[in-house]
Amino acid sequence: MINLMSAMTLLFAIAMIGAAFVAIQVKQISIAMLAAGLVSLLASVMFLFLAAPDVVMTEAAIGSGLTTFLFFFVLGRVRGDKND
Amino acid sequence: MESLLNITGAVLLVCGATFLFLGGLGLVRMPDLFNRIQAGAKTTTLGTLLVLIGAAFLQPEWSLKLLLIGLFLLFTNPLSSQVLARAAHRIGIEKSDKTHVDKLAEDLGDKR
Amino acid sequence: MVEILIALAAVLAGGAFLMALVRFIKGPSTFDRVIAFDVLTVISITFIILSALIEGRGIYLDVALVYALLSFLGVIAIARYLEGRF
Repeated sequence: MINLMSAMTLLFAIAMIGAAFVAIQVKQISIAMLAAGLVSLLASVMFLFLAAPDVVMTEAAIGSGLTTFLFFFVLGRVRGDKND
Repeated sequence: MESLLNITGAVLLVCGATFLFLGGLGLVRMPDLFNRIQAGAKTTTLGTLLVLIGAAFLQPEWSLKLLLIGLFLLFTNPLSSQVLARAAHRIGIEKSDKTHVDKLAEDLGDKR
Repeated sequence: MVEILIALAAVLAGGAFLMALVRFIKGPSTFDRVIAFDVLTVISITFIILSALIEGRGIYLDVALVYALLSFLGVIAIARYLEGRF
């Protein structure tokens, strides 16, 4: 069962690289923020596979939940148009 | 020697993962956004519920937490997909050519 | 027997994960990426439960509860932003 955990960790690492590629490649800022939130979410699942559940709760609540929510809230307040 | 309870739980796990796989396949193959929302949300809800039931068969002392996760997922996942589909309809995402019936547009047209 | 079936479930969920990631990378609009984000979060809950079953630690289920809450709040916030109602 060690090999299965390693394979799952590798899958999430590849997915993190793909999400980070989307975050630096795309033009619209909302998609970039969403991809940054996805990177944080996959990183927290990888922390869980490395057996650290308390770090996972902090990372998931702050990095993926609060930061993404705050970015979208501020972007909705600052800009009026929906194009970017 | 494994008991019947463990085998049942593991088979339920595989059934739930199969539903997740079909949901991912629908997410890739479907033609427009609303069909993707349909395929993604419903199959992942059912698949995750089956995985939770299978885990409850495998480890019976975790049943309370698994029931809590299942209830929360059952309440929130269709709601979030419905909010997302309504937002997409309000923005005006174009539909596929094969879509013929749009009840929400008819209702809004009657109201205006 | 049970270990083999758990490994098969992990492989199937991994296939679903990769396909949702493909939709996230090449999705034409923002809404496609949001629904792919939602599906990836729910598949992550399945992975968390599978890892809890493999390791045999019940504390991992609290993390799955946090993830269910997180998916809901994130999608609601993003949908409100995309409607332009903040």
